[in-house]
Amino acid sequence: MGRYVARRLLQMIPVFIGSTLIIFLMMYALPGDPVRAMMGDQAYDPSVVASKRKELGLDLPILQQYWNYLSGLVQGDFGTQIASQQPIADVIARVFPVTIRLTIFAFAFVSIVGIGLGIIAGLRPDTLRDRGLLTLTLILVSMPSFVLGFLLQWLLAFQWPIVKPTVQDDTDITQLLLPAIVLASLSLAYVARLTRTSIAENLRADYMRTAVAKGLPRRRIIGVHLMRNSLIPVVTFLGIEIGNLMTGAIVTEGIFNVGGVGNEIYQALIRREGATVVGIASLMVLIYLAASLIVDLLYAVLDPRIRYA
Amino acid sequence: MPDKTAEKVTTATGEPIPAAAVATDAGPAPAKARSLWSDAWHDLRRQPLFIISSVLILLLLVIAIWPGLFTSASPRQADLAKHYLQKPQWGHFFSPEWLGYDGQGRSIYARVIYGARASITVGVGVTLCVTVLGTFIGMIAGYFGGWIDSILSRVTDVFLGIPFLLGALVVLNTFEKRSVWVVILALAFLGWTQIARVARGAVITIKQADYVMAAKALGASTTRILFRHILPNALAPIIVVATIALGGYIAAEATLSFLGIGLTEPTISWGGDVSAGREQLRNAPFTLIVPSVMVSVTVLSFLMFGDAVRNALDPKLR
Amino acid sequence: MTTIDKTSSVPAPRGSDDFGGPLLEVRDLHVEFHTRDGVAKAVNGVNYTVSAGETLAVLGESGSGKSVTAQAIMGILDMPPGRIPKGEIFFRGEDMLKMSADERRKIRGRKIAMIFQDALSSLNPVLSVGYQLGEMFRVHQGLSKKEAKAKAIELMDKVKIPAAKARVDDYPHQFSGGMRQRIMIAMALALEPDLIIADEPTTALDVTVQAQVMDLLAELQREYNMGLILITHDLGVVADVADKIAVMYAGRIVETAPVHELYKRPAHPYTKGLLDSIPRLDQKGQELYAIKGLPPNLTRIPSGCAFNPRCPMAQDICRTDIPALFPVTERDGGELPGRGSACHFWKETIHG
Repeated sequence: MGRYVARRLLQMIPVFIGSTLIIFLMMYALPGDPVRAMMGDQAYDPSVVASKRKELGLDLPILQQYWNYLSGLVQGDFGTQIASQQPIADVIARVFPVTIRLTIFAFAFVSIVGIGLGIIAGLRPDTLRDRGLLTLTLILVSMPSFVLGFLLQWLLAFQWPIVKPTVQDDTDITQLLLPAIVLASLSLAYVARLTRTSIAENLRADYMRTAVAKGLPRRRIIGVHLMRNSLIPVVTFLGIEIGNLMTGAIVTEGIFNVGGVGNEIYQALIRREGATVVGIASLMVLIYLAASLIVDLLYAVLDPRIRYA
Repeated sequence: MPDKTAEKVTTATGEPIPAAAVATDAGPAPAKARSLWSDAWHDLRRQPLFIISSVLILLLLVIAIWPGLFTSASPRQADLAKHYLQKPQWGHFFSPEWLGYDGQGRSIYARVIYGARASITVGVGVTLCVTVLGTFIGMIAGYFGGWIDSILSRVTDVFLGIPFLLGALVVLNTFEKRSVWVVILALAFLGWTQIARVARGAVITIKQADYVMAAKALGASTTRILFRHILPNALAPIIVVATIALGGYIAAEATLSFLGIGLTEPTISWGGDVSAGREQLRNAPFTLIVPSVMVSVTVLSFLMFGDAVRNALDPKLR
Repeated sequence: MTTIDKTSSVPAPRGSDDFGGPLLEVRDLHVEFHTRDGVAKAVNGVNYTVSAGETLAVLGESGSGKSVTAQAIMGILDMPPGRIPKGEIFFRGEDMLKMSADERRKIRGRKIAMIFQDALSSLNPVLSVGYQLGEMFRVHQGLSKKEAKAKAIELMDKVKIPAAKARVDDYPHQFSGGMRQRIMIAMALALEPDLIIADEPTTALDVTVQAQVMDLLAELQREYNMGLILITHDLGVVADVADKIAVMYAGRIVETAPVHELYKRPAHPYTKGLLDSIPRLDQKGQELYAIKGLPPNLTRIPSGCAFNPRCPMAQDICRTDIPALFPVTERDGGELPGRGSACHFWKETIHG
């Protein structure tokens, strides 16, 4: 187990480097120049621009810039936001808690409602109830989150004003409710469908017949024998979804004006702030990789058939 | 990777692609020996899901190819006298004022009709690119195994490590003008991993099938084994994943255009129109509701189609 | 997650029950399945009885209804699509088909237990074998987790699994096929039931292991004086173990006989065909006999005797009249107890 974790951690390093390198190269292939953007009128003096570029290390070959960035990252230095001169670590510390709150909220929603709906549908496959829920999830999947976001905003804030259209205070849980639902909807639909399929499939498994033949009460057959098997793929899928929820926040935070990571990275992209984009993106890649490692370990704990190879 | 006894591959909708969809053996022959494909076709024709989605997709394709058949108005002609406060005229079917005018006084009906082409081109284009690229990479990795597989799998991991939406934003942001082709290439650049994984898994299963062993023993060349024996049998799960992903790519294009980092003028895109209409959510909600509905209906059609194909190609669900 | 319901009382000690009749009696049982292609008539009027300590072998090809009958007895048929339109199943004189779901559940596992063919898929892959064995005691007898585990180890010893104590926490996939089947047997034996139904218990095993598992099953059956229904398609398996045999074809019993009588003198052309298709050393070099044709489609069972399209002796009457299970006698009319044949020409078959 320990050796497996160590090997997986080692394997994560090249993947992390590769992923961040691609993002880094893309960002610095941008035609815009953040120094010119920052300095405005002063930029007419090429020597000032050049010295500023040197100061920021922007005159170095791109791979060397990447190397400098990476070695800074190892020491916890995400770089500096060029426009505001703030360390990016501070920016992340400011906006990250907001997105974490939103994501946790959405994640709870995905797990509870998604699995719940999936169980309700899966236990009675091919009934009206099952088909109804499948249709509902299909509709949810086909609505991009900006569509669902505006729809709910229009209905709940303007048609029947029961919520505020945008988030004024992102520490207020009730205000985060609507964005969390919108953020959750896609994953929720996937989780419901996956749970449903998994349960319906396991329901026909031989070991379920054995459990009945053992004279076990229905509660136990469903609760222990069916769920234990059916939820393994769901749990692993949920782990991967954490990363998707965080990037999904880019759209949701924009619609509801939540001051989180998504908004920050979007603004940085528009302003062509390479360092901020790469900094936040590196963090997201890291979260994604950590989540998939945890999922793999969890998978092995839940399913004894999986060996650490 | 932990050694998963049965490696589960998931589709865009999160459902596992059953290994049974991989045609490794014919099973007990029914009275009439039918192939997976003719069987699937037989099954498809009887699915209401398939019929409804096919009709919708055909209609959308016609709209995308010949938008002029559906409206005489120009989607780009702005007439500020007809600004967005002019409400839709629900009774005037197919007329320019049918669905109202947007903020610049352009016919919303004409715009959603002309917006179909970009959406569908992106969806179909990305799916084609991703399928060809992913199948090729997955097949090579799965068939040859060893260090080739290790390298290709690590490269796949690297691309999987980049969150899709974020990656697309970064890639597309490097382009000043973004045409349909730029968006297709950008999404394909990031999206091929899913198909590659599915193809790799399918090829690894099929590689061990007796008929492949037999072909090898008879001295068939590698290309012949790959294209005559393995590819046709690995196709079912790949097609299932690809059709379901198609809807996802259309949604992704709309989302990117909505964020202002997708298609740029002069291409008309539903996502862009929703974004342009967002300031009028309170006063003229139809300016964003109409293109929103078009996006959702299009995505829904392709998802239903993908679902129907999966049901037909997956014998376990019958 | 592990709420145990403690509805159970300790089962009555064996023998306190003074019911005198057979342990199990199946009467005119019919089972059908409603499928997309029509109604499949899987079981069409089966009768048999099993007494304590007796082994009944039910023989037939796949699709003959032998397993479906067993599932109906266990109450584990999938309903729908399955349906029991007609028939009775008496267990100690009580018709189980008229019992409530809860009464039936209390019989399952405790009084009647079942051993399945494929132990790998029939055991829950994510629970340890100790848990799955112990579950019987926890649910039916309300034992604690610890007591149940001790009982599980005891059971594993009983079915001769080496190092039971060390292996109790292992998972099904960690055992060999033969060991897994022993675990299935242990699970069935756990509460010392009155009747065990073994559905092709050795089909999935290697030939050498088959014999070991069959011997173990027979030994334990004698020890506990249980009734045993042994379902198989393999004539070789039953010869040493069974007391009597019922041969099934297309959902009907076509022949019943004490085991050795059947081998010596089959009274139904189908049984005869089955016996002739066993390769024998003393007939080396001759062409092996095979019953021609395929088992019938259960949605379209042939009229008359279901076996008539494949039968070498078929006459016109076989295509129109369904033969009843005629009592089989000696040529001179002398009684042959326990023998019956559902063939219009049983006399010609056994004596001709």
